[in-house]
Amino acid sequence: MIRLVLTLVLLAAALPARAGVEVAEITTPGELDAWLVEDHAIPFVALELRFRGGTSLDAPGARGATNLMVALLEEGAGERDARAFAQTAEELAARLGYDANDDAVSVSARFLTENRAASVDLLRDSLIAPRFDEDAIERVRAQVLAGLREAETNPRDIASREAARLIYGDHPYGSRREGTPESVAALTRDDILAAHRGALARDRVYISAVGDITAQELGALLDHLLGDLPETGAPLPPRADLTLPGGVRLVDFATPQSVALFAQPGLDRHHPDFFAAFILNHILGGGGFESRLMTEVREKRGLTYGVYSYIADRDAAEIWTGSVASANDRMADAIAVIRAEWARLRDAGVTAEELENAKTYLTGAYPLRFDGNGTIASIAVGMQMDGLPTDYIARRNDMVNAVTLDEINRVAREWLDTEALTFVVVGQPEGLENTVN
Amino acid sequence: MRRLLAACLVTLAPLAALAGDVTHFTLDNGMDVVVIEDHRAPVVTHMVWYRAGSADEEPGVSGVAHFLEHLLFKGTDTMAPGEFSATVARNGGSDNAFTSYDYTAYFQRIAADRLDLVMGMEADRMVNLRLDEADIVTERDVIIEERNQRVENSPPALYREQKSALQYLNHPYGVPVIGWRHEMAALGLGDALAYYRRYYAPNNAILVVAGDADPEEVRALAERHYGVIPANPDLPDRARPQEPPHLAERRMTFRDPRVSQPYLSRSYLAPERDSGAQERAAALTLLAELLGGGQTAVLTQKLQFERQVAVQVAAWYSGMSLDSTTFDLVVVPPPGVTLAEAEAAMDDVLTGFLETGPDAAHLARIKTQLRAQAIYERDDASSLARRYGAALAQGLTVADVQAWPEILQAVSAEDIMTAARDVLDRRRSVTGWLMAPEVTQ
Repeated sequence: MIRLVLTLVLLAAALPARAGVEVAEITTPGELDAWLVEDHAIPFVALELRFRGGTSLDAPGARGATNLMVALLEEGAGERDARAFAQTAEELAARLGYDANDDAVSVSARFLTENRAASVDLLRDSLIAPRFDEDAIERVRAQVLAGLREAETNPRDIASREAARLIYGDHPYGSRREGTPESVAALTRDDILAAHRGALARDRVYISAVGDITAQELGALLDHLLGDLPETGAPLPPRADLTLPGGVRLVDFATPQSVALFAQPGLDRHHPDFFAAFILNHILGGGGFESRLMTEVREKRGLTYGVYSYIADRDAAEIWTGSVASANDRMADAIAVIRAEWARLRDAGVTAEELENAKTYLTGAYPLRFDGNGTIASIAVGMQMDGLPTDYIARRNDMVNAVTLDEINRVAREWLDTEALTFVVVGQPEGLENTVN
Repeated sequence: MRRLLAACLVTLAPLAALAGDVTHFTLDNGMDVVVIEDHRAPVVTHMVWYRAGSADEEPGVSGVAHFLEHLLFKGTDTMAPGEFSATVARNGGSDNAFTSYDYTAYFQRIAADRLDLVMGMEADRMVNLRLDEADIVTERDVIIEERNQRVENSPPALYREQKSALQYLNHPYGVPVIGWRHEMAALGLGDALAYYRRYYAPNNAILVVAGDADPEEVRALAERHYGVIPANPDLPDRARPQEPPHLAERRMTFRDPRVSQPYLSRSYLAPERDSGAQERAAALTLLAELLGGGQTAVLTQKLQFERQVAVQVAAWYSGMSLDSTTFDLVVVPPPGVTLAEAEAAMDDVLTGFLETGPDAAHLARIKTQLRAQAIYERDDASSLARRYGAALAQGLTVADVQAWPEILQAVSAEDIMTAARDVLDRRRSVTGWLMAPEVTQ
């Protein structure tokens, strides 16, 4: 198909180079910093808040406190009990979401312009004046315990738990953020109050807003919303030491398909090698059907439905990790292929064509991410958490394009580490032995 | 809490004003085209939907619709295997596909100026697929691993599969989309090609383009790429075996050692949305919200808040289906509450609701949220694309989709009670318990 090929060449030269998003950095009268993208096309605002620290701030002996606390923020606040709070949110058609992960407490809010003030009042109550009523604590505790019970027999959850324990040991990353059945059962209202004081503070909040709001309106909104939070919160956790001995940690579990997580040391996004490693990972196993792992494990051999890798750049540790699932009689083959690909990439590097294809994908796909108020707000707050400036959006593709073949292949040699590459396998895989105690 | 916050109530503009940016036309060969404009970012979602899903398979080859979906990423007469996705990726786009009971759909998300490219490739594989035995064998292993991942490794998924089979006495909705394992293992090249030749044609397809696209430009491109493909004159009528009257309640208990959190669910056979007649489905949509949609819903309040016999409840109904669908309830009890006790409590609440009917303020809150949804969903053109594509693949029209929000607003408490009394009939239901092997409760 000659016509098509010619078209492709022409089009590839004209890929959009930059994302067309204008981010304003504002500081409120009350001295809160925020990023704003004004867009009045749809009468609502997407507001994203991140409080750094998240579940890793749990006090010793109170594992799960931050997670339970965050789940309770919408279960009664100010003058409203849980039912009244939900009822008001429904009347306002405000969408309030609260979540906690290892590095942050996330608050995602969507408000209609027409009742923004009342919606913000409700959100403010949940952040500043949550009630933590005893009946709500017991109800939500039961839900958390049900989730933990369910996870006990889910192979993917078991693999995550065992991999975290092996890699991070006693660091908060080494245990489930929801806690254990025992630790959650033992949490008191005082633990929850302490978690609230420690996690939601002005010294660790990152803010972005996108949609139908002006800078001045946003400034007043934020000062009202967050002005009464404590200035400082709990100290952030220390760096985590990694234990990645190589080999296989086998977890026996009777299920037809084995699930494997694998990891080796990773690198921080501010490391000079990051962009090269990021592109390298894209070629190795970063999404899409074209990665080497997908090609070798799925397309050529049919050993799995999906195999992926990514660089997990977290606040206290960085790993290069991934996952695969294969029937018990095929997992050993899948792991052998992944190991071989890891070594082949380290030793022989990528081709110029692979690098070029990865760059055109990554630079072409980047501007397409900025396609809605909600997605832009989420990207903007994530960039602040990562310590990136607003002009990163305009410069990011240049940094991808600047990576040379020599550089990416040097990074492959220096970073890909088959000795450290460790597999945690849950299932009853044939022909695999446990080599990690 | 009876107090209404009058000052806070949402008073939205008429819904019709929000639905303006959708254009619909039909090519001469019968292919439907829907364009949803959103010019905020230079990106488009390009989708082709076939009015053919797993429920259109012949008996004995379950999973072939989904298998073919995978095989469409192999080569055509002019494209090498894998070249489709690789080309999309080289142009900064991403692509994928999905199969359901009533449709199979392929999509790409890509820069707006690449629409011509993806349309050309999608039109190519509508009729020029080239497969060989090697493709079949490897990809069949992939779909079996997909089944392992989605179903065999998940007791709740195995449970749902068994339960659907019990729900439908005659209709192929009782057969899983991914296929029964023994039939998947025997799928061959001939099965896939037979399905392809029968159903993949422009007069059985819907094109949806959402995002930064101009309807007239889309029309020109669509005529050039899809308009030249002849219609299939032998396209079969879409008539599946229908359900006979259900005269006996069915029950099942599924036990698996991998279950650590037991629960129960019940499904009732229920009518779907039909073109020009969506009122009953609208009433059932509101009924599901009243019973299980969020913290103030009736089942949530009674079972979770008051009686504390549940840690989680859900009520679910979607009328998006070509043929009869289901109205579903789920109750997850805490330790110390048996499934029998939780089920009795659930039935208590249903009986009470059928006597008292909905609280007027509650119904008003649900309608308020449905109105607001019309604003929030404009932020996501891809999800609007999926809505229109699914609707047109399931027997609805663009007009039906656009009328739906007002039909929901017009539902009265009486309509809901009429629909509830009709649908919540145990003779048309399946009740299932998912639990561990030892009866410990």
